[in-house]
Amino acid sequence: MTGDLRSAPIPGPGADDHVRGRPDAPLVIEYGDYECPYCARTDALLAPLPIRRVFRHFPVVSKHPRARVLACAAEAAGMQGAYWEYHDSLYGDQGRLDDPHLWDRVAALGLEVGRFDADRRSEAVADRVERDFRSGLRGGVVTTPTLFVGGRAFPGVPGAALLGSLAG
Amino acid sequence: MIEPGTPAPDFRLRDQDGRKVTLESLRGRTAVLVFYPLDFSPVCTDQLNVYQEVLGELQARGADLYGVSVDSAYSHKAFQERLGVTIPLLADFHPKGEVARRFGVYEEDRGVSARALVMIGPDGVVKWSYRSSSPLEIPGANLIFDALDAERAAA
Repeated sequence: MTGDLRSAPIPGPGADDHVRGRPDAPLVIEYGDYECPYCARTDALLAPLPIRRVFRHFPVVSKHPRARVLACAAEAAGMQGAYWEYHDSLYGDQGRLDDPHLWDRVAALGLEVGRFDADRRSEAVADRVERDFRSGLRGGVVTTPTLFVGGRAFPGVPGAALLGSLAG
Repeated sequence: MIEPGTPAPDFRLRDQDGRKVTLESLRGRTAVLVFYPLDFSPVCTDQLNVYQEVLGELQARGADLYGVSVDSAYSHKAFQERLGVTIPLLADFHPKGEVARRFGVYEEDRGVSARALVMIGPDGVVKWSYRSSSPLEIPGANLIFDALDAERAAA
């Protein structure tokens, strides 16, 4: 995919974004990478908070060679209705990220492995991941994780002040 | 720091493999000099990794990227391998920081360059420059695309 990479505000939640949490809760948009340990830490910190979360892919492949493969895997699981379950599975164990592990995770969730494997290599899934990545680039994301709260960017693992303000 | 419209100061530096890169050798293409404080400091890591992801699209728009810091070519070689990037890294090592000084981004008190971007046009004239307010503020790749677009519109 090529095209415009000039500055543009981070888009608000869209119809095909991955969203979890109460609809009336404060919104946190995260740009993250499934191979990034700081993102896993952030995921654990955000999980108990009373917030509405959007997760978008920001795979920096030169740093994390499996990042794009993992983002596509999560999207493929999402096509079988298990996006967040797969997301939790990846962040729950970043030591097992090779292809056989990805298939094991799918099987453990009761999904169809063959369909998953075709979907994760599909153009539609690649485009979906790339769209997230490019929206982050245009919004000035330079590191993972980067959280957006109230239009403001917070790069890195969220600190006590941000977590406190989100704790309600 | 150096302002747009100024002819870029002459320089000659070696990259991580000892190849010479000079102002003259950059002529004919747009060059973006990415000044950063030091190899192996965590924030630089993300900056060059993110730029690497869009390197092909920058090159397709006629622009090449060069990292510049006061580290030696040997350090640059190790750093480049560690990051997994192909962006050439230029050693502003001796006299230390001289090229950063000529571009007005050297921080004498700290002994390193500020984090800054300088876009040099194919004609050797500075077209755009940006200096981070602190070493922790990393300019997004979007700013480079903005500058390229503005330059194309002006041309």
